[in-house]
Amino acid sequence: MLAFDLDFEKRLADVDKRIQGLQKKGSKLKGDERVKLNEYQQELETLMREVYGNLTTWQTVQVARHPKRPYTSDFIDLMCENFFELRGDRRYGDDRAILGGLASLDGETVVILGNQKGRDTKERMECNFGMSHPEGYRKVLRLLRHAERFHLPVITLVDIPGASPGLEDEQRGIAQAIAENLMVMSALRTPIITVVIGEGGSGGALGISVADRILMLEHSIYTVASPEAAAAIMWRDSAYAASAAEAMKITAKDLKQLRLIEEIIPEPLGGAHQDKAEVAASVKSAILRHLAELRRKSTEDLLECRYQRYRDIGRSAIANLPVGALP
Amino acid sequence: MSDDGKQATMPASMNGAHPDAAMRSLPDNLAVKCPKCRELLLGKDWERNLKVCPKCGHHAQLTAQERIDLLIDEESDFEQIDRDLVSNDPLKFVSLSGTDRSKLDGLADSTGLKESVVVGSGIIDGLPVMLVIMDFRFLGGSMGAVVGEKITHAIEIATYERIPLLIATASGGARMQEGVIALMQMAKTSAALARMAEAGVPYIVLLTDPTTGGVTASFAMLGDVTIAEPGALVAFTGPRVIEQSMHIKLPKDVGYAEYLLAHGMIDGIVHRRALKATIARLLHLYDDAEKAMN
Ligand SMILES: [Zn+2]
Repeated sequence: MLAFDLDFEKRLADVDKRIQGLQKKGSKLKGDERVKLNEYQQELETLMREVYGNLTTWQTVQVARHPKRPYTSDFIDLMCENFFELRGDRRYGDDRAILGGLASLDGETVVILGNQKGRDTKERMECNFGMSHPEGYRKVLRLLRHAERFHLPVITLVDIPGASPGLEDEQRGIAQAIAENLMVMSALRTPIITVVIGEGGSGGALGISVADRILMLEHSIYTVASPEAAAAIMWRDSAYAASAAEAMKITAKDLKQLRLIEEIIPEPLGGAHQDKAEVAASVKSAILRHLAELRRKSTEDLLECRYQRYRDIGRSAIANLPVGALP
Repeated sequence: MSDDGKQATMPASMNGAHPDAAMRSLPDNLAVKCPKCRELLLGKDWERNLKVCPKCGHHAQLTAQERIDLLIDEESDFEQIDRDLVSNDPLKFVSLSGTDRSKLDGLADSTGLKESVVVGSGIIDGLPVMLVIMDFRFLGGSMGAVVGEKITHAIEIATYERIPLLIATASGGARMQEGVIALMQMAKTSAALARMAEAGVPYIVLLTDPTTGGVTASFAMLGDVTIAEPGALVAFTGPRVIEQSMHIKLPKDVGYAEYLLAHGMIDGIVHRRALKATIARLLHLYDDAEKAMN
């Protein structure tokens, strides 16, 4: 069943309500009602194409944050078999905002991990609303090393508003934990594929997404800072979040155009939450396709390509850059 | 590390005699107010004291040029690279009040800088070193494509030449106006540092006030040795932001260098007067080790 909860989906919700009203009658539906139902269904499809074909950046943010959006746990369930969760960082604790472990993906053992927001209030509290603590990044580090040791590809799923901004996070070195992951991922001797499934928020997202390939779901976002924080920093008022979101170029389309990501994975009409099985199948086939390509490279080649992937970022954003040899 | 500044060797350019050091920018009789304790000081005393308040010990921010003068043996030895790199505004950033281009141009005029980092090679106590010195005056020391490129280039040169690298941080983090391009500079610099670590070339971080956000969560926390200036704010999330977002009142020391030392995040806190001697000691230890290998 479809769900229309967002403010810009009001017209869709109205038509959907009429459809459901008629559908409830089931076999008692009269001939002219049957015609009406058909009309409404076509109207809804047309409207959805219109609305979802022209989402503003802020509307995309709302879809990316949709409370019914599939989370890392959904993708693992729908894409993998034999998921064996690995828990804890062996130093301090087990951050529930990171879910990860060993799994079988199309018969191949991989390490898969991602940000977990939590669905209901209790889960959300346990997961700190998806905002990882230092122990979350250190759990990721442990899983990365594990993957390297057994030559397992790493799949990371990004869906985080930002790293946890609390006192205990500073105490336990959140900045150091993220920084270490950046360094380790850049040189990890096994393929890494990242899929941004919802929100890619700032350094908190980057800390699990230095990869050979970065794929983004059609209505996901990746930002240098959350739109609210950016507006507060730049314009001293988080009410300008929508303007900040627009200006920072955070949608999958923007980032593909800036050549910061490799691929946009299409979502079902109306967003990933309308059909989780379909979106999981799309993500899985994209991962397998990229993995097959990466598998053909030698480890040295893989690492050199990964280095150059990041080495090149921003060079086209510089005026007066001398062309020619680096040392 | 326990340098308290007592055995300090004052660099030539900082003892007041140097004719054109950037520190000599204030008229001698101008009064300066300590930003922390509000003590009134004469401009010449303020500069002679390396912009450290004699009353409360507050270490005021230095410009990149002042920091370079403080650290290296001879100003003339400093060879700056990538001086002319500037951002081409890759996102065509639309600010609430039009574009931000004019702001960037204005900044370049007032600071004499084209970007928020100065990069080059110099000599400290007779030993070569690659220097990456951030300047907070330029857009809050923020890191965009140019800063990431200059720092990465410096790391690559240091790795290739096997010269130790010193980065002095002062930054509010990634530059919002360059979006994810800015964010990715955290990964770019960290990737270069991974290769440097692999090659066994030493990397020293000097954390200065203030260092926050994406700079803290990348190269600032990846040093082989990390020292900080007294009282420097160093955090991922600054204490004021934590207080606002968590609706709590924090103990006064949270987020400052002394707090980081107590929590095992850094190796020491060094008074500005002892900074050069401290870094020199470290460089000699690595230099001796490198010589022993060859
Ligand atoms: Zn003072």
